Amino acid sequence: MIVAERKPMADIKDMLAGRKNVLIVGCSECVTVCQAGGEKEVAVMAAALRLMRETDGDPIAVETETVTRQCDPEYLEPLQKKVAACDCILSMGCGVGVQFLAEKFTATWVVPALNTRFAGGTVEAGVWEERCGLCGECVLHLTGGICPVIRCSKSLLNGPCGGSQGGKCEVGKGEIKCAWQLIYDRLKGLGRLDLLLQPMPPKDWSRAKDGGPRRTAREDAQL
Amino acid sequence: MAGTAEFTPKIVAFCCYFCAYSAADLAGSMRLQYPSTVRVIEVPCSGKVDPLMLLEAFLAGADGVYVAGCMEGDCHFLRGNFRAKKRVLATKRLLDEIGFGGDRLEMFNLSGSMGPRFAEIAHEMTERIKKLGPSPLRRAGVSSGALTAAGQPGKEGEQA
Amino acid sequence: MKAGSRLERLLERGEFAVTAEIGPPKGAGSKGVRNNASLLKDAVDAMNITDNQTAVVRLCSMAGAVHVLQCGGEPVMQITCRDRNRIAIQSDVLGAASLGIKNILCLTGDHQSFGNHPGARNVFDLDSIQLIAILKGMRDDKKFQCGEEMKVEPRLFIGCAENPFADPFEFRVARLQKKAAAGADFVQTQAVFDLERFEQFMAEVRKQGLHEKIAILAGVIPVKSSGALKYMSTVPGLMIPDYLLKRMKEAANPEQEGVTLCVELIEKLRRVEGVRGVHIMAVYWESMVPTIVERAGLMPRPRVEVEQAG
Repeated sequence: MIVAERKPMADIKDMLAGRKNVLIVGCSECVTVCQAGGEKEVAVMAAALRLMRETDGDPIAVETETVTRQCDPEYLEPLQKKVAACDCILSMGCGVGVQFLAEKFTATWVVPALNTRFAGGTVEAGVWEERCGLCGECVLHLTGGICPVIRCSKSLLNGPCGGSQGGKCEVGKGEIKCAWQLIYDRLKGLGRLDLLLQPMPPKDWSRAKDGGPRRTAREDAQL
Repeated sequence: MAGTAEFTPKIVAFCCYFCAYSAADLAGSMRLQYPSTVRVIEVPCSGKVDPLMLLEAFLAGADGVYVAGCMEGDCHFLRGNFRAKKRVLATKRLLDEIGFGGDRLEMFNLSGSMGPRFAEIAHEMTERIKKLGPSPLRRAGVSSGALTAAGQPGKEGEQA
Repeated sequence: MKAGSRLERLLERGEFAVTAEIGPPKGAGSKGVRNNASLLKDAVDAMNITDNQTAVVRLCSMAGAVHVLQCGGEPVMQITCRDRNRIAIQSDVLGAASLGIKNILCLTGDHQSFGNHPGARNVFDLDSIQLIAILKGMRDDKKFQCGEEMKVEPRLFIGCAENPFADPFEFRVARLQKKAAAGADFVQTQAVFDLERFEQFMAEVRKQGLHEKIAILAGVIPVKSSGALKYMSTVPGLMIPDYLLKRMKEAANPEQEGVTLCVELIEKLRRVEGVRGVHIMAVYWESMVPTIVERAGLMPRPRVEVEQAG
């Protein structure tokens, strides 16, 4: 999922300065799972905003709506009426959601309540960690299912470097596991250490983030 | 702005059925005096409480809020009071962030037989809130939602 | 002869090589580097100029290498993968070769979080093994990484580093093998303090016949104080046995003891089969290197005729 976390309330306060009617839009997908922007978080944000603004003697009217997902325009359609009645949308979706809302409701001020951080998963209740770098050229079949681009601090394809000690990366004061130790152990367990003897050539980074927004299409899905 | 002598706080106490509410009952039957400022709301477990509930109590006009659950390790639902503790902590931080004051919210633990402790907590919180003064909502001149029946301010001296 | 550098010729001849390291300054002054170069030029066969080591901005390795050349010494330029992409690296290699720099050491590079600009965006377009392969491709195939041909290829003696004390230990020899296969001509190891562990490493190296494919120079670091050695025992990738910590702690004159310790290690390393030289990393204590080389019985350095830059 895309993992995000709430911005500091002070920043959100600045973003909403001068606004009188905010529509808080949540999302039922990724940000619900990482408990940053789902229905519950939207309700808490609404209560916190009202408390904050009433305390300042500058009350704000708050409307809320949590959509199936913000990254699909068809799910934003039903928001039309509420959007027309507000002077600002506070999106509690990921960066994608914020942008889709802004693209759809061009006449309305749209601001992000969250900082979108990474693509990851749940490692334990309440803890989410990055796993995928969205590099566009997956090599997980060569590394026993462990991503060298994201989990290795230096994105080495022929690791480990000389700083791997006791299974830990030299970066991060012991909190980060050395990805290449993990890869080595996994491939050893699977009897495929031979994969590590093949050098991996330089990566084609043109498939990863850069050069404008990437795009993917399926012809047979187009109307 | 500190509270004046006439300021009578409105405090909401979320009390778990198994311990805190029993202690409240016991305090009552022991005829222990505790301030009528405290309005008790019974919940099946302190773990039922979530941040939204706490924020809404403040929105409704509470000057202070606390959650009272079983002693750690003795929760009838095993870990409900630990969840409550974490939620109260997170909400305190949020209240600080928005400038409302996390001190107005607290978590307490006690057992069902601790009638005197229940009274003590009620006194403690009342004193704390008196010092902190009325809720920033009241200071801002916002008329608070009633905590008793529709629109009628609660009569002083009444117990919960 | 791949590059015809002094280091290469001496190793070819079977001489026990001596290299050292110069840490460039955090400023635009050349005096320090040039003084060190003059000091070391007759005590060592080649001297490395580090490349923004520990991600701290310093005078760049290429410029340092040119200063060394101008002072009559032989440089080993260092390139890390942290700050430059393949375009900049290949460009720098061409520039270096055109300036008469023949030895280039290929490194992964310390992460930027260790340095004085932790918010910098790192590059790591390549890793050290890919870097070695690219340099070999430029030199032997006269081709850039993209496959395009060049008219005048750089003549290089390609080096790399390896850490026999990092984990996974069982994989370290295989990693050195990968570097040798990619085209590395020589390797400078991380500093040896734990001789026993190093000998385990070398035994495996010899088993694979790797010592004949690549020239291994064992690294040493002379320590100035007990505190310095203690600090090193906390650095990932360095293994300091307790008896050495004890020796430094109890030394009446720590500086002298540090030098003695270093000399003793060099003497022991000379006797390890497959070790063809020593790399003395007396960073910011470069003045001690000639003494160390002398006391280790490695002076005077053998003479050799070197080609001039093309």
